[in-house]
Amino acid sequence: MEPARNLLDIRSLLPDFFGHWFASRGWQPRAHQLELLAKARAGRSALLIAPTGGGKTLAGFLPTLVELSERGARGRNLKSTGRALTRSQGLHTLYISPLKALAVDIARNLEIPVREMSLVVRLETRTGDTPASKRQRQRRDPPDILLTTPEQLALLLASADAPYMFSTLKRVVLDELHSLVTSKRGDLLSLALARLFALAPQITTVGLSATVAEPDDLRRFLVPQPPQGKAHADLVVAQAGAQPNVDMLDTEEHLPWAGHSARHALGEIYALIKTHKTTLIFVNTRSQAEFLFQELWGMNDDNLAIALHHGSLDVAQRRRVEDAMAAGKLRAVVCTSSLDLGVDWGDVDLVINVGAPKGCSRLLQRIGRSNHRLDEPSEAVLVPANRFEVLECRAAIDAVAENAQDTPPLRTGALDVLAQHILGRAVGAPFLSDELFAEVRAAAPYAALARTDFDAAVDFVATGGYALKAYERFAKIRQGKDGRWRITHPRVAQRYRMNVGTIVEADMIKVRLVRSRRSGAVVPRGGRILGEVEEYFIETLTVGDTFVFAGEILKYEALVEDEVYVSRTDATDPKVPAYEGGKFPLSTYLAARVRALLAKPEAWHALPEQVREWLEIQRWRSMLPKAGDLLVETFPRAAKYYLVCYPFEGRLAHQTFGMLLTRRLERARLRPLGFVANEYALAVWGLGDVGWRIANGDLSLAQLFDEDMLGDDLEAWLAESALMKRTFRSCAIIAGLIEKRFPGEEKSRRQLTISTDLVYDVLRKHQVDHILLRAARADAATGLLDIKRLGEMLSRIKGRIVHKALDHVSPLSVPVLLEIGRETVYGEASDTLLAEAADELIKEAMG
Amino acid sequence: MNPSSAHSRASGTPGKEGLPLSRGRTGHIIAVSSVTLVADPAGALYWSEQGLLAVADLHLEKGSSFAARGVLLPPYDTAATLARLARLVTHYAPRCVIALGDSFHDGGGPARLADTDREGLRIMQRGREWIWITGNHDPEPATGIGGSFTGALTLGALTFRHLPTGAAGEISGHLHPVARVSHRGRAVSRRCFAADATRMVMPAFGEFTGGLNVRDAMFADLFGTLTFMAHLLGEDRLYAFAVKRCLPD
Repeated sequence: MEPARNLLDIRSLLPDFFGHWFASRGWQPRAHQLELLAKARAGRSALLIAPTGGGKTLAGFLPTLVELSERGARGRNLKSTGRALTRSQGLHTLYISPLKALAVDIARNLEIPVREMSLVVRLETRTGDTPASKRQRQRRDPPDILLTTPEQLALLLASADAPYMFSTLKRVVLDELHSLVTSKRGDLLSLALARLFALAPQITTVGLSATVAEPDDLRRFLVPQPPQGKAHADLVVAQAGAQPNVDMLDTEEHLPWAGHSARHALGEIYALIKTHKTTLIFVNTRSQAEFLFQELWGMNDDNLAIALHHGSLDVAQRRRVEDAMAAGKLRAVVCTSSLDLGVDWGDVDLVINVGAPKGCSRLLQRIGRSNHRLDEPSEAVLVPANRFEVLECRAAIDAVAENAQDTPPLRTGALDVLAQHILGRAVGAPFLSDELFAEVRAAAPYAALARTDFDAAVDFVATGGYALKAYERFAKIRQGKDGRWRITHPRVAQRYRMNVGTIVEADMIKVRLVRSRRSGAVVPRGGRILGEVEEYFIETLTVGDTFVFAGEILKYEALVEDEVYVSRTDATDPKVPAYEGGKFPLSTYLAARVRALLAKPEAWHALPEQVREWLEIQRWRSMLPKAGDLLVETFPRAAKYYLVCYPFEGRLAHQTFGMLLTRRLERARLRPLGFVANEYALAVWGLGDVGWRIANGDLSLAQLFDEDMLGDDLEAWLAESALMKRTFRSCAIIAGLIEKRFPGEEKSRRQLTISTDLVYDVLRKHQVDHILLRAARADAATGLLDIKRLGEMLSRIKGRIVHKALDHVSPLSVPVLLEIGRETVYGEASDTLLAEAADELIKEAMG
Repeated sequence: MNPSSAHSRASGTPGKEGLPLSRGRTGHIIAVSSVTLVADPAGALYWSEQGLLAVADLHLEKGSSFAARGVLLPPYDTAATLARLARLVTHYAPRCVIALGDSFHDGGGPARLADTDREGLRIMQRGREWIWITGNHDPEPATGIGGSFTGALTLGALTFRHLPTGAAGEISGHLHPVARVSHRGRAVSRRCFAADATRMVMPAFGEFTGGLNVRDAMFADLFGTLTFMAHLLGEDRLYAFAVKRCLPD
């Protein structure tokens, strides 16, 4: 941090009327706001790390407002020489936000100082909702400050006006940078930034971020990377707010063994809402949000204003909730990560996190949503839904007390996003390969990009990147005599504009409320749209099924074209929705803390009595592993044999692990029947006595759990894996091989889904090193298959596997075994299965 | 349901490339209008009395058809489809090959055929009759691909045509039947022959062809009831299931 004496010098950088404005609001410019101003004056890019409520946004814009106020004065001088006053002097500052709504709100907030100080500043937003005429005008006559999203920036850069529009640019402000950089949107943004660095070398950047584990990663993101070595933006760290008060709900009720509903704690949650002004209740999935909302209203005798907010709800409905919240009209909002980011609400005085916190940085950010005045501590209560979650909550509370962070490291830029960017560059203006390669490598996620990969991406964009050069005549971009790549047809540009972006949603179906169908009557049309659900969720339903959505129990009536018709029902016991919006895996860091907590009985005093007792019995009946060990328990139950292990690596990695492990057990003739995985454990069961085979020395656990399962077994499984195919599909769409779908094209939807699976099969057979397969593999390493984490686990437990053969179920295994029947049971889909099914029929028929 | 070895000829005589069809693979006897046919797990039908091999919905040049419209699908589909067909032709050494329509994905397909693929096709056609049944994707006879063209072909009790009409003795394609079977909570989806005692819809043979679930109303309309069978293509044999036992999508 800067020593205090510098602060006085810096203060002099703030024009007097800004000082007066601060004073008129009863504020003092904060140290980090002034520091950021000094960085801007010195022409330095900077990363600001500040807790929520630290005046982060104003800090980001202060240098811009100061500069514009000075330029405004010059502008008035120019008027006397005959220049029109209304003619803006070009775009000065670009603000990028991960959320469209956030850009709109920031613009609204920013208008206050602009108005109150009578600054001559034009600020505008540009989102997908901005009318075409205004967008066009913005390109010709840009505002001083433009607030937009990464996708809109990509579109702007892919226009012929880009060099003109950005030539005047001075500053780029990147909001919520910690959240942007963890996804492919961050890759897209980094490439757009690299383009801006080339178009406007004079720009400086400001990144606004919550606290992260590796600020250096974000500092690199903000400045062009040199061909060798690394460059970093300066770092400004705001004074931390008061330490939050985080407690775990010490329930009077029986703590469930499994499940995520937290039904037991409903009364206690309701009591907390009653004693606070405004409560935010965070849950991890949309179905949990629906459930909790429903139940809270069921007991809402005081008629408290409790609202629901999640990503599947209709946008208009979400905005209504946000507005009511901002107006202080709500007592509680049940929400998912849809409210992790966003507008500051000063009135929230309690945050409740129901279920597992998953990671301490995530938890800290959620807690930060309460009490936006820095000097007062945030209040938060964690409500674990089951016993394992108690351990996780305890570990998270300890981590928060130490201010530990577990945000993921900077991504390696994805190749599918690179392909999209390359096409965008050609759409904007013809490019030379050498120049574009150098430009792209200035983006931190692509700093280590190999030339061969870059060339492969260009080849892919041009003709599909196939070893069999069959499509020269259908090329989308082609190299001219001047060596520059340009698009071959205006249609290519049109398609690029339709498909820009990296967010590939699961196919969503609109949910429309209709009146219940009387027998035989035609389903009436034209009811209200409640929101959207994933297509695959609807596919699991049959007509007449009931499910909870948008806070109501609904009956599935019909699927009509691309809409699902539902009606209200008086059913009281709905089928709980099985669809899972927004599942995050338990962070590696928190997992390690949970393992350490388990291994240290002297730390159990901080746990609720019920949990302590559970662990004590586990210690007596079986054992508790040391922090670095992997406990494997085997036991018989109901004519089947179980193998349960506790890697604590999150559901996704466990699922992949289960797939591979069952393959191996199959080969060992242990006839596995299925498995179930949760965040903490994996249970496999089958007809062969696995415990006996291990005790007999006939099956080696070390071999069974060897890292080599990530070789051939993984390969064989990937060929069939639906998750891998889904991963491939989104790469194919982002890279521009397959187009996104649009309303009105619904007829072709299913055909397109089929063809990406077929493309996947064909490429695996004929060109395994194709760039899209490589992109999909890179995603699989960290995404739905979490292979990287599985690999790290297998190497961690080498030589540290502890086997306990039991004659009955162990206490620790109960939670995961209880998931059987609730969760999908996985297994490989193979010929063996068909043969069994067919043979079973024969047996039935032949006796 | 009697899975029996049905390779009357060519067994034990693997060709120079080492034919995967030769050992460990079993065809499947399906009788349609009392004519005994061998359904091959590769998705083809062999009528040994006539020395006739039938395949449906090759959709050759589907990749390039998309490419011409700006979607650059892999260009490997035609070569891969023809290679699989060539293995069957070598194995069964049929007197006649019938392609049951939609042999090319679009009318321009024959003209886009790569020279090597055209040559491969010519070699396959040498010494045997080759009949292209016209389909909805390729309604017009084409040049440069050999063979003769017809809308339908009746041989004995059987009629080969592209679009199914439900008539007795009909062998058709067009619908690309697939079936989904679940067992112990897992589900498998495969291409299949859909057949009852008097008619059959063949699976699509082309590399890039998707499918229509046999539980779709189209099939029920065609067969009249749900009493037909789905013969699912496995790695080296077929698996027969009553359609009632199969899952809808």
